[in-house]
Amino acid sequence: MSSDGEARWNDAVQAACLLAVDPMGLGGVALKARPGPVRDAWLEELRALLAEETPFRKIPQTVSEARLLGGLDLAATLKAGSPVSQTGLLSECDGGYAMLAMAERCERSTAAHLCQALDRGEIRVEREGLSAQAPAHVAIIALDESADDDEHLDAALSERLAFHLDLHTVGIRDLIADAYSVDTVNRARHSATDVHCDVDALSRLVSAAAVFGVDSPRASLFAVAAARAAAALEGRVQVEEADLEIATRLVIAPRATRIPMLEDEEQEAAPPPPEEQPEQEPEQDSDIQQQGEGMQDRLIEAAEAALPAGLLAQLAQGGVSRRSQRSGKSGQMRKAKSRGRPMGTIAGDPRSGSRLSPVATLRAAAPWQPLRQRDQPGDHPGMLIRRDDFRVVRFRERSESTTVFVVDASGSSALNRLAEAKGAVELLLADCYIRRDQVAMVAFRGDDAELLLPPTRSLVRAKRNLQALPGGGGTPLTSAIETAAALADQLKRRGSTPAVVFLTDGRGNIARDGSRGRDAAAEDLESAAAMFREAGVSGMVIDTSPRPGPSAETLAYSLDLTYLPLPHADAGQLRDAVRAAAP
Amino acid sequence: MAVAYPFSAIVAQDEMKTALLIAAVDQDVGGVLVFGDRGTGKSTAIRALAALMPKVPMVAGCPYNRDPAEKAENCPHCSQHPQDDSKIRKAAMPVVDLPLGATEDRVIGTLDLEKALRQGEKAFEPGLLARAHRGFLYIDEVNLLEDHIVDALLDVAASGENVVEREGLSVRHPARFVLVGSGNPEEGELRPQLLDRFGMSVDVRTPTDLKTRISIVQLRDEFERDREAFVKKWQRKDGAVRRKVEAARSRIDDVDVPDDVLEHAAKLCMHLGTDGLRGELTLIRASRALTSLEGRDAVSLVELKRVAPSVLRHRLRRDPLDESGSGARIERALDEVFA
Repeated sequence: MSSDGEARWNDAVQAACLLAVDPMGLGGVALKARPGPVRDAWLEELRALLAEETPFRKIPQTVSEARLLGGLDLAATLKAGSPVSQTGLLSECDGGYAMLAMAERCERSTAAHLCQALDRGEIRVEREGLSAQAPAHVAIIALDESADDDEHLDAALSERLAFHLDLHTVGIRDLIADAYSVDTVNRARHSATDVHCDVDALSRLVSAAAVFGVDSPRASLFAVAAARAAAALEGRVQVEEADLEIATRLVIAPRATRIPMLEDEEQEAAPPPPEEQPEQEPEQDSDIQQQGEGMQDRLIEAAEAALPAGLLAQLAQGGVSRRSQRSGKSGQMRKAKSRGRPMGTIAGDPRSGSRLSPVATLRAAAPWQPLRQRDQPGDHPGMLIRRDDFRVVRFRERSESTTVFVVDASGSSALNRLAEAKGAVELLLADCYIRRDQVAMVAFRGDDAELLLPPTRSLVRAKRNLQALPGGGGTPLTSAIETAAALADQLKRRGSTPAVVFLTDGRGNIARDGSRGRDAAAEDLESAAAMFREAGVSGMVIDTSPRPGPSAETLAYSLDLTYLPLPHADAGQLRDAVRAAAP
Repeated sequence: MAVAYPFSAIVAQDEMKTALLIAAVDQDVGGVLVFGDRGTGKSTAIRALAALMPKVPMVAGCPYNRDPAEKAENCPHCSQHPQDDSKIRKAAMPVVDLPLGATEDRVIGTLDLEKALRQGEKAFEPGLLARAHRGFLYIDEVNLLEDHIVDALLDVAASGENVVEREGLSVRHPARFVLVGSGNPEEGELRPQLLDRFGMSVDVRTPTDLKTRISIVQLRDEFERDREAFVKKWQRKDGAVRRKVEAARSRIDDVDVPDDVLEHAAKLCMHLGTDGLRGELTLIRASRALTSLEGRDAVSLVELKRVAPSVLRHRLRRDPLDESGSGARIERALDEVFA
């Protein structure tokens, strides 16, 4: 296809060779590619470099915790009359490779178990009355099939994998690369640990990482391991320039969070040492750094060539987020009784609407059988199961959203558009009903805001409350914002995702303490708005004043919400607008 | 068990190391929460601590780690086996790992499978909480812990006693432990109730200094290549830390807390508006443990200032108008109160 594809494929094959040399030191690969011949070809390259008996197992994305870690083998336990444990997938992979399918969708807990296996080389099991540990020295190949920006490989897991390969742009025609022979790899596997990596080489890798804004020491460690493996493949006993280049290109560059500015960054990355480090030999001082500087540039050049294509554009637009892409999503998943993806079992009563998990229930009941048989004389075919044994499946589902309507029913608003606003809310309610969202309503008039309707799915109740809403009085906007913020916070804690829709003209005239006057009100408004902003709730402000003016727009700005003037038309238009803006 | 990285070989991260040692000196300080970036050695430090734990007397053969000074009738084992009382062993304070995915029955204890299946006998097998009694309970990725396990933990941590009632099994045993948690705040918040159980909290960050980074990678690389040799090399330094902790434990009761330290602690808490007395109490306890660690016999304002960030960081109310982190707010308050 292109020379870019060829270069990428070359790198990918090189990474496969390095991984085959030192799988435990390198942790594994995050392989971003669609399922298809290119990905298969890469896996085949790797597989061909390994001994026949090396474990190479696939872990399905939906793997259960019990299967992953091991646990009580129910059938064998009942047959043997003594607890028999079952090996988990991870310890079956000990000494080899585990392939995680659809890694971008794997459960956080699955990723966490893989991380612990990578960190410790063993897994600990504390389940179902068993307490065991098993060796699990594995390298993980995380098959990341994510296409858009919505899904990402778990950040904690990808950080523990040395190589991040992206094969999206590699076409079938690019698949020409020289891999090392199996014999070379085998020889390198034994000699890699003896390869010498001196302080100079090591500090150059660490400073290359610093220059690219790669903070975690793990990346530098992987780079050292990769350089060693590269040297071993070439039959060297000492890490050399070329090995450092490979390590920088394959390990550090894909993690880059910034583009180095060759000259000045060098200084910036080496601030004065803060306090003395007693454990550290004083030999690696600044002279080494200076001496390495010229060569450092070459390392950086080597790495720049391997920077991911989109990165430069992203950096230009204001930087790649250093934070995990997952951040902010917590709380959007929640546990549900019967819908969504299963996430393990828990003791519980199936009568409360949860789904019974037969296997887990039998497993819980198994150890009690001899005791129960004895306590209940008579012939009991099968197992004796009691209420304590019931295990129910827990599910995780995407959280529902709750739309909070904050309706201005003050005199100024009421005269003009209250009826229209009511109509719009009614239409939205119907919409929410279809999407099975919850709605809540806060109305404000007179001296303060009140929660007219706590979060509910009941359309009838919502309608009745809305129609009965009288208009008139002052505009206690501060109190309304505070009530909305508190409600949104409460909803978040419950695992729901709130969206707040204000329908107001934005002209608050009642201060927090109930006193009248626009100045005092404005002051209070500012602090309330800051609080609301801090909560980070999405939503919009719909201007209901007769002529859309700056006050509502300013309010929207200070609340960090979308501003929308209520069009002089039907409520249907408003509904469409809210629907478009809702998360 | 895999060979753990030696505690004394951990580069930088002084606040975290100090907090962990303080918790080892005085368990009443409460737990330690270590929150921070990936790859900063959070779990490494805590696992390393296990090798440094001071030895405490325990009744031999008691699975509930009973202190010989404790009453035997509170212990399910010792009340049944009075003959064991005479045998006392010195054992390191336990550091028990609570792995993610542990089931509730393993945490609180459950029916002894082996005995039930083989002999048809109903016996209680103590869980992780019993094993952690008088020691540390470590939870990696504490913010990912399942809710029902958190509930069980909170209950036990508050009462110091684990009560199990299940189909005829009725067991209660003391379970007092120091909760140590680590996690990455980006992966989820901690429930406030659980946050409250930690006496100290530490934020760890990747060191920005290049030299420090190089020595981290250098040492870690050396460790990865030959774990046994590396641990041996650091054995003496680790031993010195252990002796320091043991000495600090034995003299902590003699450490004097002068009135002006108490006064400043109270002022600091009032200034920061922390809720309740727990902050003040922990502040005093932690600075006393630190003083003892350093071999002095009276707490001074220096120690108080050093422990204040760890003790108070997670107790501050969120102030939406203050964009700076809680660490900066404590620094500011320290400057103002100690001026």
